Amino acid sequence: MKTAFTVLRKDLLLELRTLETLPAMALFSISTFVIFHFGLNQDTIHGQLAAGVLTATLLFAGILGVNRLFVAEREQGGFDAFLLAPVDRSSLLLAKATALFLFLVALEVIAVPAFGVLLLGPPLGPRLPSLIVVLALADLGIAVIGTLVSALAVQTRARDVIGPVMGLPLLIPALIATARAIGPLLGTVGPGSLPGKWLLILALYDLVFALVAYAVFDFLLED
Amino acid sequence: MADTPAIELRGVARYFGERIALRDLSVTVPAGATLAVLGRNGAGKSTLLRVLATLLRQHAGEVVLLGEPLPKRAFAVRGRLGLLAHEPLLYRDLSGRENLRYHARLHGVDPERVEELLSAVRMERRADEPVRLLSRGMVQRVAVCRAVLHDPEILLLDEARANLDPGASELVEPLVGRPAGRTRVITSHDPQAALAEADLALGLRDGRPTFSLPASEVTPAHVRELYS
Repeated sequence: MKTAFTVLRKDLLLELRTLETLPAMALFSISTFVIFHFGLNQDTIHGQLAAGVLTATLLFAGILGVNRLFVAEREQGGFDAFLLAPVDRSSLLLAKATALFLFLVALEVIAVPAFGVLLLGPPLGPRLPSLIVVLALADLGIAVIGTLVSALAVQTRARDVIGPVMGLPLLIPALIATARAIGPLLGTVGPGSLPGKWLLILALYDLVFALVAYAVFDFLLED
Repeated sequence: MADTPAIELRGVARYFGERIALRDLSVTVPAGATLAVLGRNGAGKSTLLRVLATLLRQHAGEVVLLGEPLPKRAFAVRGRLGLLAHEPLLYRDLSGRENLRYHARLHGVDPERVEELLSAVRMERRADEPVRLLSRGMVQRVAVCRAVLHDPEILLLDEARANLDPGASELVEPLVGRPAGRTRVITSHDPQAALAEADLALGLRDGRPTFSLPASEVTPAHVRELYS
């Protein structure tokens, strides 16, 4: 845990200094909302359509973060330095997944209110607590799968392509569960109750991939 | 010197696809001794250092460091090795001090050691500037600090004095030179300088050893043959 915290702190400090990831993710999501606004030719949307637009936008914005996650390690020798240290290698997984999770949360702090202003018909306020629960579970899945895929992709020359090509298919079940869970929350008649079935699917998906990531991450770092 | 050699290589080979990077490599380095690895560009010197650093696995043969066979017991020797390679292994957007404190935490080293080393290489006044703003010589001085931060038993030095002026070379000498008393594997494009500070010498050509001798027995003919 101490090592993971050390790496996480370094990652957050680097992002604070360079602002290479978060602003791009936020700008991408807001631009996408604007595109949907005009592309759908609707002033407001609600229900399942709104859930799909929000989920897909956040997922694609998240992929930008996934692509950047290990770039500094690869380009500036961070991998070698970490591998030379007498530390548990899975702490790198924990640190990177936590960093990505925090980037996604920060993205949503900007993107969800923007979605409420630019596209969403029903008021966001009463729906927010339930939305936070669903998005937190979705973020967890994106963070774990994204870290796994990013660690794999960064070892290749075509890492910018490999990240989305591998990550998106793996994230489709999470995308479906998230959109289905959010749909009832964004209805016009008031926030519906949280759909337990989809939340459970999302949580199980997160758990399975967390275990898979823990099991294989060491091998991804090996020569 | 202790009975157990610090480094033992027996019939080591390493490939990158079809290309042979190292082949039939055997050498033993006693604890506290310095091995100079000589050879032209692409001879396999850096690959050898990366194998010794546990960053690459050998594809054949045995590598034993500090009595621990690699790669099986690599975890037991990480933290007892220091690597100073072509890349400084420093984050460009962090300062020298932040980089060293990060590495100190990874190695469980007291932060006081960071200040001690920065002072030793006279970088304390520039240590809060981002690494990307430092000259290459200054970056190399910080990289030296990183390599010896955890007081490693084995130092792997790939052109350790690259980019350093004579004054800076003197500053890092107590840390990475013979006075440090560590087992060292050094590479250099200056064979005479490398041989002068070595006990043993290994000549590599296209990944194969051409000689493995006490440094004092390496003749100008050996060197000429290696670089011709």
